[in-house]
Amino acid sequence: MEGELAQMGQFIGAGLTAFGMGGAAIGVGNVAGNFLAGALRNPSAAAGQTATLFIGIAFAEALGIFSFLVALLLMFAV
Amino acid sequence: MASETEVAVTAGADGAQSGLVFHPMDQFIVKPIFGQAGDPVFWYTPTNVTLWLGLSVLAIFALLVMTTSRRAVIPSRGQSVAELSYGFIYKMVEDITGKDGLKYFPYIMTLFMFIVCANFLGLLPTAFTPTSHIAVTAVLGFGVFFAVTILGFVLNGFKFLGLFWVSSAPLALRPILAIIELISYFVRPVSHSIRLAGNMMAGHAVIKVFAAFAAVAAVAPVSIAAIAAIYGLEVLVSFIQAYVFTILTCVYLKDALHPSH
Amino acid sequence: MATEPIDLEAAGLCTDAYGSAIGMPQLCDAWFGNQIFWLLVTLVVIYFILSRVALPRIAAILAERQGTITNDIAAAEDLKAKAKDAEAAYEKALADARAEAGRIIDAAKADMKADLEAGVAKADAEIAKRAAEGEKAIAEIREGALVAVKEVAKDTAKEIIAAMGGKADARTVTAAVNARMKG
Repeated sequence: MEGELAQMGQFIGAGLTAFGMGGAAIGVGNVAGNFLAGALRNPSAAAGQTATLFIGIAFAEALGIFSFLVALLLMFAV
Repeated sequence: MASETEVAVTAGADGAQSGLVFHPMDQFIVKPIFGQAGDPVFWYTPTNVTLWLGLSVLAIFALLVMTTSRRAVIPSRGQSVAELSYGFIYKMVEDITGKDGLKYFPYIMTLFMFIVCANFLGLLPTAFTPTSHIAVTAVLGFGVFFAVTILGFVLNGFKFLGLFWVSSAPLALRPILAIIELISYFVRPVSHSIRLAGNMMAGHAVIKVFAAFAAVAAVAPVSIAAIAAIYGLEVLVSFIQAYVFTILTCVYLKDALHPSH
Repeated sequence: MATEPIDLEAAGLCTDAYGSAIGMPQLCDAWFGNQIFWLLVTLVVIYFILSRVALPRIAAILAERQGTITNDIAAAEDLKAKAKDAEAAYEKALADARAEAGRIIDAAKADMKADLEAGVAKADAEIAKRAAEGEKAIAEIREGALVAVKEVAKDTAKEIIAAMGGKADARTVTAAVNARMKG
């Protein structure tokens, strides 16, 4: 599909994928916040769980990166 | 080199006379070292990719080999950095995969040192970031994926498929869970590689966009402050992404070594 | 400089005529081979640097440091034991010295007491002797006095008798005086 309309659709779609970033932000905040809440209750166990924290953040963040990727694909590759 | 720094207000390719011209993606162009953007690139051509990969190798050599050449019992500053990075990855591998994962430690150390050096070198102004390219991170991600899968089958035979058969779940749920586990297993290399490339590309592109805004006098201070702030964030992200890539590699390796849930 | 138009045929579809990116350079498949080739070369080089030189060397350094620390801790334990022994010996010497000092003080006290007692005894003896001598002297004097009194009394009695015209019998007078003196 060519033309102005298609380009408009691409840009609108790319903009809509920015919502995905908000979702990832909520997810990452959730992980970090719950980690902090748990760490304040039991600080001695917190040090051993930082690896798990980062893995969780990485998984939550990956989905935000996917939305970013969709935006880039819409903008440049479609 | 001009095309990489061409972020100011210019008469762009389309000849527009006014307004901002963004070239946030120009920094990712692969071009021969002895040539310009757009020259043909064959698989053997020494390009800016080659240059910055080579610089990463030099950085690793300087960090891990040259600093430790005196083998001092009381370490110098450089030697303690080398020892710290060694101990950091060694402990990570030992903690996550257990003692029997330690024989894969050199491979994981290679991955970590390569990614962290490439990321940090890519933060230098006008640098090229190899890890922002999906081709590069896909080789890393799929390499890990295939290595781990083959290793799992070699070590465990068909018991490796027990990874997908969640024996702690009710029997009726197990086929559904198996499908979900299978999908998530095959998404692993994709998310593994795109996470790294996406993070690096996003940060660099955003910095370029703000750099383009810096050409407008009214918003230049805000834009420059934003560049500084995002640059700081990117320094953090560069390390965290290398750490996350490495730790996920360890987790996948653990699945291959001990597939039972 | 990429400001003049370049050969579009050679550039492929990834850059425009001015050397700017078209779309995402990451998705330009003409560049994949180059990146993958050099990446593999890099990874192999890094792997050999790490596995042949860097990691064994750092592991050796860490092991050596661990060994040094273990040795030092053992030596420190040794020295600590020695210090404890020395302290015990010192304590013992101190206790001995205290006991010795106490003994010497006791001995000195006993000596002094003995001296004192001897002195007191000597003084007592001297006093007793002097007292005895004094008593003896007093007794002699008293004796002398008695004799003198007897003489005087006899003489006086004789004289009185004579004055009265009688003739004093010496023996009777003496007996009378003696009887009187006894009373």
